[in-house]
Amino acid sequence: MPDARIVPTDRPPAEPARLVDDFTPALIDVGAHHLCPGCGEPVAMRLAMEALAELELVRRAIVVFGIGCYTAFSNNLDVEVLQALHGRAPSVATGVKRMRPDTTVLTIQGDGDMVSEGLQEVLHAAARGEAVTCVMLNNGVFGETGGHMTATTVVGQRTKTSLDGRDPELHGRPILLASLLAQVDGTAYVARGAVNNAGNVARTKKMLLRALDVQQQKVGLSFVEILTMCPTGWFVETESAPQYLDEKLAEVHRPGILKDVLA
Amino acid sequence: MSGGAAVGVTISRAPAAQSGRKLMTGSEALARSMIAAGCRFFAGYPMTPFTEVLEHMARLLPASGGVCMNAESEIEAVGMAWGAAATGALAATGSTGQGLSLMQESLAEITLARLPLVVLNMARGQGDYFQATRGGGHGDYRHVVLAPKDAAEAVELVGLAFELTTRWRNPVVVMGDYYLAHTSRTVEIPPPRAPSVPAWALDGSSGGSGAAKLVSFLGSYKQRDDVGYNLADHYRACAAETKAMVAGVTPLAETHHVDDAEVIAVAFGTPARFVLAAVRELRAEGARVGLVRPITLFPFPSAALAAAASGAKVVAVYENNQGQMVDDVRLSLLGAVPVEFIGGLSLDDSGFGIGPELEVGEVRRRIEALLGRGTSGA
Amino acid sequence: MSTVTVRGTVVIDVDACKGCRLCIDACPPQVLVMTGHEVNARGYRYPQLLAGCTGCKACSQICPDFVFQVYKYETPMEVPV
Repeated sequence: MPDARIVPTDRPPAEPARLVDDFTPALIDVGAHHLCPGCGEPVAMRLAMEALAELELVRRAIVVFGIGCYTAFSNNLDVEVLQALHGRAPSVATGVKRMRPDTTVLTIQGDGDMVSEGLQEVLHAAARGEAVTCVMLNNGVFGETGGHMTATTVVGQRTKTSLDGRDPELHGRPILLASLLAQVDGTAYVARGAVNNAGNVARTKKMLLRALDVQQQKVGLSFVEILTMCPTGWFVETESAPQYLDEKLAEVHRPGILKDVLA
Repeated sequence: MSGGAAVGVTISRAPAAQSGRKLMTGSEALARSMIAAGCRFFAGYPMTPFTEVLEHMARLLPASGGVCMNAESEIEAVGMAWGAAATGALAATGSTGQGLSLMQESLAEITLARLPLVVLNMARGQGDYFQATRGGGHGDYRHVVLAPKDAAEAVELVGLAFELTTRWRNPVVVMGDYYLAHTSRTVEIPPPRAPSVPAWALDGSSGGSGAAKLVSFLGSYKQRDDVGYNLADHYRACAAETKAMVAGVTPLAETHHVDDAEVIAVAFGTPARFVLAAVRELRAEGARVGLVRPITLFPFPSAALAAAASGAKVVAVYENNQGQMVDDVRLSLLGAVPVEFIGGLSLDDSGFGIGPELEVGEVRRRIEALLGRGTSGA
Repeated sequence: MSTVTVRGTVVIDVDACKGCRLCIDACPPQVLVMTGHEVNARGYRYPQLLAGCTGCKACSQICPDFVFQVYKYETPMEVPV
């Protein structure tokens, strides 16, 4: 017997209504992807693209991609994209912005990309105060290669290269990149968000809007770190990932606005 | 001149600006000719003997509306040049061999992204021949490599480099060295060229159109219904473009006294001038010796070399390394003429490849030995 | 009989769903429930809507697979539950 309480959701409503959110944001060409169930990266991509659209920066934006699971979006966006190598997006973004200072330049990188391979690139771009926005999708693992330790993996976190959990004696401690960048003089805005619950998603969207706005003011580098779920890389059940993020990652990489020179 | 001047002597001197000819180091000539060719972005990291090129670009490029960055590492330098090139600007970078080693991953992928870029190797000696011509990075790609013999030729080859890189959307290497960097010649810098911005270049404006541009070493396929990048298609397309480039770039070489030569010397870059001096001395004494000087190290001027050597008894390869170009010489001749390696490392204790072995008398002795004559006086 | 105010509704692309359940906890009025035994073409359970949607788009903003289209009614309705 069908449940009478269930509301039909197979077609748009007959009653007068306005569409407030479409399936896929306008700037993402194809919604279907092969990323894992419960992956936080598509959520972060959606927020970044919506932010560009809301600020009417679409026809001036150039997005520089690093290499990670999120690279699946690099040929799937209705904004100009330049693909860089693992860790190397900040220098490429610098070349773009220096030659085209009126464009809005964004990097999309993971934690393995930005904090392991490419730490010096983002630090130097920040020190130079390049007027670009760097976005780090931080899930504390190298997801694309199957779940290995990065420079942001937290103590106790189990990965294929820290099978008993990250041990400070053997593996050192995580680098808290947003905290580090907030201390660099060339950064103008540094924030850390997350996409594991509705409140965090809404706050992270605001951080991205603010970061892009700060870029327009040409006062330095803007940086948004977004904690994303990776149940596969964390070896947890899909539905446990949001809580794992809160209890493990967010306790170390703490969400919040760390710096806003224009505030 | 007032009355009383020396009879029959007139001294007139055209101002340097009008004649366009000026004495300058190879480093400055490279910088000025890059700017004249339309280069508007340069990034580098100081390293001997490339440093002066960076200094000249830092001083001169901004006045031409360009940007010169002293990057914090060679990898960041080539990354910045990559980004600039993607916006359609004529971009260049460089270093010495060690710095080029650091840049190799990026250089390989810039080639797969089909971007123009001029790369200077101000080398220490001639040991980077393999790195430049064999594609020093991973994977399967080729760079055109141009080897000037002096500052004047460097000016010409820089212009050619920018033309070729733009035409083929493939990086071009200009192979210099310590001597080129630090010796001076009178050169004429050509008038400035204003390049056009290519259709594929990024400037943000194609966003939101349904056809936003993509510059990627993973290919150009936009995602459509479960079909994304196809690396197989992309690598095959790049291979086809490489093949077209190799067929389409005219190999260049300079020959001297080859028509009746018994011994043909082969040498590239600055050391080739020493070899030419030795060849001329020997010719003046009646020895039948000649020189082939490859100017494009890739594509190697195999046909010109084979033709020049067709009547010779031996081909003598002089290079300041343990034997690298000699492989290409052997491949060009395929056993038709015996090949001898008469080169070797030329080192002083700086390690910059500027040693006492590069000396006309010594080169001459090695060529003479192949003529079957004893050593003559220096 | 009690009623609930309905301010919006969603269209759910059932076969796009990968069963991650992020939407369930994200929904402020808690009107999304996962199916029990029914699964989609990929074999995942998927969300269904109860009365009481406010059209707040918390679900569409958090869904990694772009499953939701969200509508806000011009006029809210009272619906019996």
